[in-house]
Amino acid sequence: MDSQAIATHPEQEQAEHEHSPYLRHHFANLEQQKETSTFGMWLFLLTEIMFFGGLFTAYLIYRNWYYPAFVAGSHQLSIGLGAFNTAVLICSSFTMAMGVHAAEMRWRKPLVGWLLATLFLGCVFLGVKAIEYHEKWEKHHVPGLNFSAEGFTKLDPHYPEDKPLPLDMAEKTQVYFSLYFAMTGMHALHMVIGVSLLIILVVRAWGGAYTQGHMTTVENFGLYWHFVDIVWIFLFPLLYLISRHQ
Amino acid sequence: MSELTQKEILDTEPTHHAEHIVSPRVYGIIFGTLLLLTATTVGASYVDLYAFNVVVALAIACLKAVLVILFFMHVKYSSRLTKLTVAAGFVTFFVLITMAMTDYISRAWGMW
Repeated sequence: MDSQAIATHPEQEQAEHEHSPYLRHHFANLEQQKETSTFGMWLFLLTEIMFFGGLFTAYLIYRNWYYPAFVAGSHQLSIGLGAFNTAVLICSSFTMAMGVHAAEMRWRKPLVGWLLATLFLGCVFLGVKAIEYHEKWEKHHVPGLNFSAEGFTKLDPHYPEDKPLPLDMAEKTQVYFSLYFAMTGMHALHMVIGVSLLIILVVRAWGGAYTQGHMTTVENFGLYWHFVDIVWIFLFPLLYLISRHQ
Repeated sequence: MSELTQKEILDTEPTHHAEHIVSPRVYGIIFGTLLLLTATTVGASYVDLYAFNVVVALAIACLKAVLVILFFMHVKYSSRLTKLTVAAGFVTFFVLITMAMTDYISRAWGMW
């Protein structure tokens, strides 16, 4: 039961109120309340789509503009780690969907189990991301803090077909890495928020909060988690894959 | 599991797909498809398709996103209001990105 319901129904311990404790008074019935909350959640997610969409648009335009720098920059990412993280996120979306199913079926322990699995996979993703960021730092690929274009002006033994860039274009790899950090950083922030919310959900699910009829919270959190997965589904090909052959 | 009483049924928040709780089997199939598509997109990136590397990668990403939205996010089983909201959002996003790209491409029209 949420705090609003507790505030409006202090007597609910003695029970036998005329409607269910999690129906708020400004809704006619549970169906309307549920529909409203899903609608609101989707509106929020649409603002998120616009937000990440701006970053994607910036990436596409700058990629056309400083094409050789973007190709050279993306060759510095590890496709293996990126693909692993993509698989981890897809697994976590699956465990989250199964969690929502468990809540629908009112299975308390399976719900807690699926949420814990999602939490674990979210942490694995963030751990791999931290390894990748650390590698960027060591290679001096962090614009503004620790950057050197030197590596791009010489022939890279890992990419013998990559021609060394002229110095001015080599400097433009900073645009690529800035966008890389902005996009994956905003995505990672969303993951951190998601993982934090998940911890709360696990605790409350253990107490039976979502398996006695009320489960909108779990379902809406699921929408958020899947959305973050979708953002990564686009980040992975754009940042890691599409320049492999140019 | 014991049968729900009439009161419990009335007090249960309806899922949008009350008549249709998505079965774990559907989730499993979608999950497998998503992993398969991920492997495909990684494999395709190692094949030199020239300009089509981008097209293939984005097409696969869009397909994966649609699968997640329709099944994991239950839009396929949702009310018309939810479907309309989601569709309107993506159409607006597409219009904005198209206008931005059109402007960008046509700025230097005829100067190359």
